[in-house]
Formats: sequence, structure tokens, C-alpha cells
Amino acid sequence: MSVITFTIDGEQYSAKEGDTILQVARDNKIPIPTLCYLEGLSTFGACRLCVVEIEGSQKLFPACTTKPTESMIVHTNTVKLKKYRKMIVELLASEGNHQCAVCVVNGHCELQDLAYEVELDHVRFPYLFPKKSLDATHKDFVIDRNRCVLCTRCVRVCHEVEAAHVWDIAGRGIDCEIIADLNQPWGTSPSCTSCGKCVRVCPTGALFDKGAAVGEMQKESGFIKFIVNARNKHEWVRTAHEEE
Amino acid sequence: MSKMITISPVTRIEGHAKITIQLDDKNDVIDARFHVNEFRGFEKFTEGRLLWEMPGITSRICGICPASHLVTSAKAGDDILAVEIPETAEKLRRLLTLAQWLQSHALSFFHLSAPDFLLGFDSDPATRNVFGLIAADKEFTKRGIRLRKFGQEIIEILGGRRIHTPWTVPGGVREPLELAKRDQMLTWIPEARETVKLALDALKKIHKKYAKEIPEFGNFRTLLVGLVSKDGGLEYYDGFLRIKDGNDNTIADKIEPKKYFEHFGEAVEPWSYLKFPYYKPFDYPRGMYRVGPLARVNICDYIETPLAEAERKIFKSLSGNVNVVNNSFYYHYARCIEMLFAVEKIEMLLKDPAILGETIRAQASINRLEGIGCSEAPRGVLFHHYHVNKDGVIQKANLLIATAQNNLAMNRTVRQIASHFIDGKKGKITEGILNRVEAGIRCYDPCLSCSTHALGQMPLHVELLSAGGEVLDEVHR
Ligand code: SF4
Ligand code: SF4
Ligand code: FES
Repeated sequence: MSVITFTIDGEQYSAKEGDTILQVARDNKIPIPTLCYLEGLSTFGACRLCVVEIEGSQKLFPACTTKPTESMIVHTNTVKLKKYRKMIVELLASEGNHQCAVCVVNGHCELQDLAYEVELDHVRFPYLFPKKSLDATHKDFVIDRNRCVLCTRCVRVCHEVEAAHVWDIAGRGIDCEIIADLNQPWGTSPSCTSCGKCVRVCPTGALFDKGAAVGEMQKESGFIKFIVNARNKHEWVRTAHEEE
Repeated sequence: MSKMITISPVTRIEGHAKITIQLDDKNDVIDARFHVNEFRGFEKFTEGRLLWEMPGITSRICGICPASHLVTSAKAGDDILAVEIPETAEKLRRLLTLAQWLQSHALSFFHLSAPDFLLGFDSDPATRNVFGLIAADKEFTKRGIRLRKFGQEIIEILGGRRIHTPWTVPGGVREPLELAKRDQMLTWIPEARETVKLALDALKKIHKKYAKEIPEFGNFRTLLVGLVSKDGGLEYYDGFLRIKDGNDNTIADKIEPKKYFEHFGEAVEPWSYLKFPYYKPFDYPRGMYRVGPLARVNICDYIETPLAEAERKIFKSLSGNVNVVNNSFYYHYARCIEMLFAVEKIEMLLKDPAILGETIRAQASINRLEGIGCSEAPRGVLFHHYHVNKDGVIQKANLLIATAQNNLAMNRTVRQIASHFIDGKKGKITEGILNRVEAGIRCYDPCLSCSTHALGQMPLHVELLSAGGEVLDEVHR
């Protein structure tokens, strides 16, 4: 297996072939914010929070999908990147209905954490206050599309891990939304096994347990890595997951 | 042609009060209106949300009595889940409700009203606030602030957060009470009891000092409405609705709170955002009623704690021969009696071993499509009425708050004070009039006053208009 040597923020690192910049950064405890990425699932590159700069290119690259090449020079924390990341979180906030104070995941939300991380103190864009639907027809779970950031973690975990493929994205542009099966009430979905994986991996309060009160819903997504490892490598090692 | 005097707030943002005083041809006060922008919007935007979120959402209505909305909303939720909540959960919710009373009443008395009482209605408005009070009587003010803190601390311990604690849920509460926390609360009791006694002593002196003015402070008969316990005692969490009139006749008793809408209607007036609830059999506006401390202490047969019961008897003696204290000024007295009750009852609840139980939440799904919750908020009886679909999504919500229920009576009070203190012929507004109108409203401790009151003084704008609509005089502050 060939090894690639490249630079992140002035330090040299080596990567195995196939590793992404994000994986190398994570292995070496270099913080890069992410939202759609979840270890154990395929990468999708939807949110663009993980963007990095690569010398020699004007473009910004998502660290979660970009693989390093020999002698590449990567910057993860420049003024420009900070500016873009902040703007992304502002756009996410303005295009949904995020009323954190009365949200089920208030205090345990990845979007909220990101907002703190990028030091978001106000949003410069007008709030769109979209009228999105809430579907509480499932006996155990609820989807509130007002809080969905279209990260597609739910789509991927349901397809790749549970193999039920309940979720998809419908619509275009600002009208994109997550739908169950053939755009029907979740509770009528014949393919949903009620496993709850999508609820656990959703980074926001868009998917939650029915009956959860404000601030009561806590997510736990580390188990995906464990399941995937067990399935693919027949290794039932919990340590990595427990460390988190 | 008639003249109109308008008093409206200028400095504070959305949704607060404005007063217009209507003069007739002879320049006598014929009407007074207390206009309110209130929070009816909450009802609209909770449509489409989930039942389980309602306590958290509705507790945002008010920064002063969030716990009352939490408890009442959770009770409406219990009704929809069709569950009986565990004993410990009920006792913890009772504790929370009383802590809310204590906190809110202490604010009303020490921070908002005491400056008027102790510094005088006509003292300089710049210092007639809690800071002026600190300068005048530091110890008294400090104790009042600490009493409020005691209430806040209970709310904080129970909910993990002081304001907007989302700790009650349909079916019960979220966390049991730990022994150490219980003991921490108990340490406050002796001091709290002493402070309330001080407040009562101070108030009695005020009754003497303002003996001439008090009769003009909203002294009229109305219906009085509130909860009483199953055997007629002062109640705050459960029980039945009782309605008495100003002559101590029991108009209705043992009404199930869930049947409130069979007995009460809500009228709308074009000049106010706040609705005007009234007692249906008496029609609008004759069905005017008062809720809150004055109503509660008047309509109950007894108070279960000894010190408060002794005070209740003294209170009743103020009524002359009708056995009902009709003067709104005595809201303050009733409020102090309730503070005393709250301190005594909190101690009883904390010493009850069941308060430390660990079974605290009944789980159930949607078993009814309609539910009503009711409890006594600091300012009066509060109802949350929800319709849900089979998945628990709110289809319709109606919240009947205490301030709205006192709406008609507040208007009457302002009119009474205005006719007594305003001389339309002079075409002048004096600070003293503003102060008294303000103090008249403050008897009811309406929730909107909290937010406009941070410095103890309502921002007011008064206009005196001539018959032709020309501004004769104008006062801002
Ligand atoms: S999902 Fe997160 S960001 Fe959105 S309302 Fe809930 S807590 Fe706030
Ligand atoms: S529902 Fe949750 S997991 Fe699914 S796309 Fe939306 S935010 Fe992501
Ligand atoms: S984490 Fe890389 S694009 Fe979302």
C-alpha cells in the first residue's frame, strides 16, 4: 500500500492510499468542523463545513471527500475558511425554523455546537421562515422538517446500514426535503423497520423520539461505526466508540 | 363632544399597556380603557406543534410565571394522555407551583409596589423604584430580594434552570428530587417566614397611612373566581372552581375545571388585543369577575396552614358585614397571605417523604383528542385547552390567562381612580394622577407590568385632548 506525505497547517503527515484529508486530520487531532459527515457512513460532501484550502488552487475543497496527493499543502483554519464556515451556518439558520429555546435537542444539537464553534452571534441574512411540515404519524418517532439541514445522514444510514431505504430527498433547491418512501406519511411506510437509526444519527432536532420534551432528546451516533466495523471486518470492538 | 386623555408607554417595546381616559361634555370622566397588546399569537403558532413540546413552548409566554404555564400545560397533557400522574410527581409540581407564587408575589410586593407604599405615591419618580427603596430601607429591600431568590432557587433546583425550566411534562415530571437538594431548600424556611411577616407588618402600616385613599382604589363588587380544594380550602394546583359574588353569595361551586368553557365566555373589543372573559350566565359585561390573590383568599373557607389561616381571619375582618373584601387595594394583602401560605406549605411538602420518591412519570400515548389543564398562577386561575389529532399534533390551543380575566376589573379600577383624581376642567395632568392610575393597575399585578417595570415605574404617555381633538396637555416619562 502506498503512503502519501503531505502538509496540514505546516506539519507533515502521512496518509494511506484512499484516506481523505478529514480522516488524516481526525487521526492527528486536527479539528475540522463537519456536519454531514458521519464515520461509518459513505461521504456525501453536502454541507461544505469541512472546507479546506489547498495551495495552488483558488477553489475550496471539502476535507471529507478530498484525498491528499503527494506534497499537497493544506490549510484548515485560515481567515477565509472561518468566514465561509460562519456564512454556511448562518445560511442554515436562516433557511430553517430553528427556535432552539423550544427545541427537543436544545443543548445537545450539532448545529448549535457548530454555531458556537464558528462564533455565530447574529445572522446577516433574512430569515425565510419556511412553512415546512411536521410528520408525527410514526408510532415512535417524529420528523420536523423545519429543523432539517439536509445532511442526508438519515438517508444514508437507512440505506447503507439498515438497508430499508425509507428516506429520500424530493424537490429542488430551497424546496428540497426529506421524504419517506413515495412521499407518504412516515407511519404508513411499509419499508420502515422502526429501528430508530435515523433518529440517532440526525445532527439536529429534525428527527426525534415521540414524547420527548424540550431539551430532552439526546442523540448518540457513534454506534454506527461499531455496527459497520462488525459487519465488514467481523470485529466487535467497542473501544473506539466508547472513547467518544 | 368629548375629550380623551391617553396614557401610553413609550419606552418599552412590543405589546404593553396604554390607557385612555374619556371625558364627557362637562369634562367629567365617563370611561377609562386599559388597552393591552397581548400574546394571543402563541395560540396560533403552537398549532402544528406537538403536545409534548407545549410546556416548553408556552412557558415562554411569560418571564415571570413560566412555571405556572409549565404546570398547566403538562396538566392539559395528562388529560390527553388520560393518565393519573404518580404521587411524587404531583407533589413536585405542587412545590414548583408554590415556588412560582412566592417568587412572583415577592417581586410584586417588594420590587414593584413597595416603592409606592414606602416612599409615597407622590415621591420623585426618578427614585421611586427598587433602588430608591434600597437607599431608604436597605435591610427590608434586601430581605425581599432574598425571598424572591428562595422561590427562584426552588424552581432552579427542580428544573435545572431558573427561568423557562422545561421540567414538567405530560405524565409527570422529568427528574426526581435528591435528598441533598431537598435539605438545601429546607434551610431557607425560617428566614422566608420572617421576611413574609415583615412584609405583613409593613403592609398594615400602609393600610393606616393611606386609609383615606384606599377606598378609591378599585372598590367595587364583582364576581370572584378561583380554585378551592375538594373541601373548600385555599387551592393552587387542583380542586374545583368556585364563584362567589361581592356579597358572599356562592354563585356556583364544585365546577370541574375541565368544564370552564361551559361557564365562561370571551368577549372581544376592537380597542384591546386582550379578550374579555366573563361569566356566561351573567352575560357581558355584567359577568365581570376578578381572579388572583384577592379572589382566592376571599372565596376559600379556610387555609390549611396555621399562620396564613390566622391572617386570613384578619383579612376577612376588613370586609365589614359582607364577609367579602371587595377593594382591589387588598390584592396586596391577599398576596402577602399567600406568600405566608406558600412558605408554610413548601415546608410541609418538603418534609413529606413522598417528595423524594423516584416514580415520577407516567408514559402513555394519545388517548383523548382534547385536554384541559388548570392551575392557580400567581395572578389567578390559568387554563390551557388543547385539541390534538391522534398523533399528538396540536390542532387548536386556547390559553386563558389571569391578566385577561382581570381585564374588565382593571378597566373599572382605572375609571374609578381617574374619576376621583382627574379634574378634566383644569385640562392638566399631574404626576400624582399617573402614579395612582399606575398603582391601581398594579394591584392586579398584571403580567405586562412586569416587563415594563424593571425600574419600578411604568413608562407612560398621557395626552389630554380637548373636545375638538386638540392636545391640551401631554406628559411623557
Ligand atoms: S435543531 Fe439545533 S439549531 Fe435547530 S432548533 Fe434545534 S437546537 Fe436549534
Ligand atoms: S432529517 Fe436529520 S439526518 Fe435527515 S437530512 Fe435532515 S437533518 Fe439530516
Ligand atoms: S462534512 Fe464535509 S461536506 Fe459536510
